[in-house]
Amino acid sequence: MTVPSETARPLVRAQSVTKSFGTARVLDNVDVEIARGEVVCLIGPSGSGKSTFLRCINYLETLDGGQLWVDGELVGYRRKGDKLIELSDRQASVRRAEIGMVFQHFNLFPHMTVMQNIVEAPVRTRRATLEEATARGEDLLTRMGLADKRTVYPAELSGGQKQRVAIARALAMQPKLMLFDEPTSALDPELVGDVLRVMKGLAESGMTMIIVTHEIGFAREVADRVIFFENGRVVEQGSARDVLDSPSNPRTAAFLSAVR
Amino acid sequence: MTATETCEAPPAGVARVVRQRHLGRWLSGGVMVVLVALALRSVATNDRFGWPLVAGYLFDPQILEGVRLTLVLTFVCMAIGIVLGTVLAVMRLSANPVAQALAFAYVGFFRGTPVLVQLIFWFNFAALYPHLSFGIPGVDIDANALISPVLAGVLGLGLHEAAYMAEIIRGGIGSIDVGQIEAARALGLRKNQVLRRIVLPQAMRVIVPPTGNEVVGMLKTSSLVSVLAVGELLYSAQLIYASNYQTIPLLIVASLWYLVLTAVLSAGQMRLERHFARGSVEVRTAAAEWVRGWLGLGHLARRGVR
Repeated sequence: MTVPSETARPLVRAQSVTKSFGTARVLDNVDVEIARGEVVCLIGPSGSGKSTFLRCINYLETLDGGQLWVDGELVGYRRKGDKLIELSDRQASVRRAEIGMVFQHFNLFPHMTVMQNIVEAPVRTRRATLEEATARGEDLLTRMGLADKRTVYPAELSGGQKQRVAIARALAMQPKLMLFDEPTSALDPELVGDVLRVMKGLAESGMTMIIVTHEIGFAREVADRVIFFENGRVVEQGSARDVLDSPSNPRTAAFLSAVR
Repeated sequence: MTATETCEAPPAGVARVVRQRHLGRWLSGGVMVVLVALALRSVATNDRFGWPLVAGYLFDPQILEGVRLTLVLTFVCMAIGIVLGTVLAVMRLSANPVAQALAFAYVGFFRGTPVLVQLIFWFNFAALYPHLSFGIPGVDIDANALISPVLAGVLGLGLHEAAYMAEIIRGGIGSIDVGQIEAARALGLRKNQVLRRIVLPQAMRVIVPPTGNEVVGMLKTSSLVSVLAVGELLYSAQLIYASNYQTIPLLIVASLWYLVLTAVLSAGQMRLERHFARGSVEVRTAAAEWVRGWLGLGHLARRGVR
């Protein structure tokens, strides 16, 4: 289906991305390219802009400067001549539907059962009928080891189970890119493993993933590339081994020795 | 049994636990029972209450017609209040500054003047605009004919209620975690889908209890339209006692009907609350039981308050 030029083009491309909250500049001329099928971990101290960068990719935040492309399409805007026209709610929603996002605090819909959480978006955005969505939901829950939880409400699940449901919910939209915003930070230590196992399986299946994480061990094991953020800038990037085991930048080294 | 007693298990080998006596509780309870019994006896034996008359008028056709109109007024005015209140709440939360200001002004105005004044105002609306054209050429409606007493009552109560409902609904929507909205947006749901499918159903848990209070309040407040000579429950009773001078028995008839109707509405409210509480662990119930236990009503509370 994909022509060679398609695969050569990066799935995500950020060019001089800049973003401020008030007077605080949280992203400062960030240039990043992420290839199809690549698994990238964003690490760095809190407030370094890595979560904001993730949120910019699916337009939960708007940019103040620079440009972002996902799959060759400009995020949040369409180009017409020399003008950038802001996307309508409908157009932006269509683009977001192609990107899965997993949050630190799960954000499952508490008034819906596990299966209702999973089928809601595919059915509402008319990507699937209820039968199709339910069938795929069953598959996903089985993959997550939660086949028996389909009629349960989120409040009855453990944190690790909630996060796996959240991953299944995002995958139900068959996204071309998955964003993870500190997916294990809110979990009890003994539950982290289950979620990381699911994410590792997903990475091995060839999904393009961008993961904000403090799990350095996981990054070393799974990431094709690690990007270190500090003060809104990309300070260092490279293979997991290079960045994590022999960082060239003293700040990266200081951060890594602090979290270890 | 209070929590403190059950917490202290007897040391092994000790024979018997002697419970606290709670003398004050017995004493005050006894005094209250005696007082209530005296009051009930007085009510039952005082002929001026006119209990036979109360029984006779309870199902009087004119009273029943008043009950019907009271219910119609309650539901129509609440419907206006809820629909318009939702619109106002959404306006207030919208990004449009004009809509925000308009909703703010509306709530301020209708909450800031007594509903009785508003009712009389609508009743006399024809004095302000004798002919209504709504700005459309060729339309000329006699305001006096259009705004009947019932319509004046519906407008007064409904528009006033909308201001209160707007605040209740705004509070309900505001109670939803922003993460819920972000998750729904990230899944590709459009704004109105997020509102309808994710925000409002969850907000209902916060909105329903105070709205139930508003319905019960509306049922009683609707008696104010008796000043506009609208034949609802109170005015029907007034019409009858104006001719037979049996004021007290007829007021009792009206009160009994109000009590029955509020009891029925409260039962409906409880069912609604249960429906919208689905998916939530019974945090609220646990809290209620803790308060009960703390007030010394522990025998009503189940064991094991977390």
